[in-house]
Amino acid sequence: MQKISRVLALVLACLMTACSGGGGGSEATSSTSASTSSGANSGTGSSSSSGTGSSAGSTFTSTGTGTGSTTPTTPTPTTPTVNNTLTVTVSSGGYGAFNVPLASVTICLPGTTTCQTIDNVLVDTGSYGLRLMASAVSLSLPQSSSSAGNKLATCSAFASGYTWGSVRTADVKLGGETAFALPVQLIADSSYSTVPSDCSSQGAANLNAPTLIAANGILGVGLQAQDCPDCVANADSVYYDCPTSTTCTATTATLAQQVANPVSYFAQDNNGVILQLPSIPAVGQASATGQLVFGIGTQSNNGLGSATVYAVDASSNSISTTYNGTDYSWSFIDSGSNGLFFEDTSIATCGTTVFYCPASMLALSATLLGTNGASTNVSFNVGNAPAMVLLGSWAMSSLAADVSGMFDWGLPFFYGRSVYTAINGKSTPGGMGPYYAF
Amino acid sequence: MNRCSLAGTGLAIVVLMQSPPSHAALGGNLASIKGDQAIMSASRSATQGSQYTVHIMTLPRGTVVREYVSSNGTVFAVTWRGPAMPNLTQLLGTYTTQATEGMKAFRLTHGGNGPGLVSASNFVMQSGGHMGGYVGRAWLPTAVPTGTSIKDLK
Repeated sequence: MQKISRVLALVLACLMTACSGGGGGSEATSSTSASTSSGANSGTGSSSSSGTGSSAGSTFTSTGTGTGSTTPTTPTPTTPTVNNTLTVTVSSGGYGAFNVPLASVTICLPGTTTCQTIDNVLVDTGSYGLRLMASAVSLSLPQSSSSAGNKLATCSAFASGYTWGSVRTADVKLGGETAFALPVQLIADSSYSTVPSDCSSQGAANLNAPTLIAANGILGVGLQAQDCPDCVANADSVYYDCPTSTTCTATTATLAQQVANPVSYFAQDNNGVILQLPSIPAVGQASATGQLVFGIGTQSNNGLGSATVYAVDASSNSISTTYNGTDYSWSFIDSGSNGLFFEDTSIATCGTTVFYCPASMLALSATLLGTNGASTNVSFNVGNAPAMVLLGSWAMSSLAADVSGMFDWGLPFFYGRSVYTAINGKSTPGGMGPYYAF
Repeated sequence: MNRCSLAGTGLAIVVLMQSPPSHAALGGNLASIKGDQAIMSASRSATQGSQYTVHIMTLPRGTVVREYVSSNGTVFAVTWRGPAMPNLTQLLGTYTTQATEGMKAFRLTHGGNGPGLVSASNFVMQSGGHMGGYVGRAWLPTAVPTGTSIKDLK
């Protein structure tokens, strides 16, 4: 039903603008193409699985190279010892939304083999930390404590809204990797139905249901290890001390208490990720299957190769993009954004929506600039969104929308690329994170 | 005193200690901006242009909020960019409910957690960015001064 409403929204927009064509040239296919073969995904698919050979307990304090030392060493590639890949799918499945990359995440009660696999979790290079909708979680995960000894809750701001819920601890398995005792957010935890006003003021919508993001949760594997380094010293209305479930107030949180990027908790392959999606026709296709690879330069399958590193400003988590002569200093590469979001008043939008609706496929380009001075001209297409829907496409490499003041390289950017996201402060063969590389 | 500061050319730094009024910025007046400043614990400066005055506020975590006031004294647009979201409830005031409902409707028809957009005849909002870097704007189309393009607002 949700799927139908999404399709109708775009098709109606198409009819309202009497759009035509859609690029014509290539026809959408319904085949699913896998970009790279990966090993068996042993960690997912079962409701109860064991700890993949690692002993629980002390493992989580080991965050690999770079911690506990001011002179981190560059990791040396090794023969894969664990499966460091996770299958990522874009299709009509899940909650039925365009260009939403989904993966399965296995959570376990800490130190046990009592586990649950949660499908359809959004793979998001634009945020940090695992956040699961309470409605999708059947395990009773232990709740974290605040520094005052009460329960800990958290509020996270996203572009269009916020998530509110408790901080819980889980062993999290992604492919063959495990993040032991990882603090995660349980979104819309029914025990915390009262949202503090200084949380709800951080976003327009309360993202408290799977239908709102077309996913059962958000797997934030972006540029930072924790979601609020500033919260260590300041009560920034991100972490909350909850003497009771209805009297939560903003508090500080140590890095160890914070909801963390699960990759940073892995015993190995913990310095970043590569999201690889296959090349698809400009008008899109029914589905696309790729993978999230853990680690950069740590195994034989995750070297930088010929990729160029674009360093990111660690305070704004942004790079720069120049388009049509305008410099956008707030630019980012974000798999959680379902399109390319930028401003071009010369391109028609679809009726009352903000998605672009050119009569024929447009070939455009923009210059992406890292803080290290590396720059490149990126070619991209902008297609007619409703026409692509009518073709049956769910994976769309030319879906774009009109937004002022920023350049958001969303999921279309990832098709046909290996996009590296290195974590702030982690050492890699391409230098220290944070950076993007492709 | 504020009138004098605002009438000056270039940048005028205005430091104010105001008790917050109940109404908020968008669609409000200069007093509402002072309320926003107080509630958000922001510093503020103002620059007058030919068609509007822009009040620039820097929040404690570094986020910069700009409020645009037309010559008749109405806040017709607000913008923000920075590492933390500003207090939207305060900035949007009476338009908060419309923003909430509009953004929820947008999300229900668009998956993921990317930018969200609300577009109505009386109120438009574009909220983008990602965790640790947020960019957005909201404006009242019917209150935008003639000759001013929303696209040109920082």
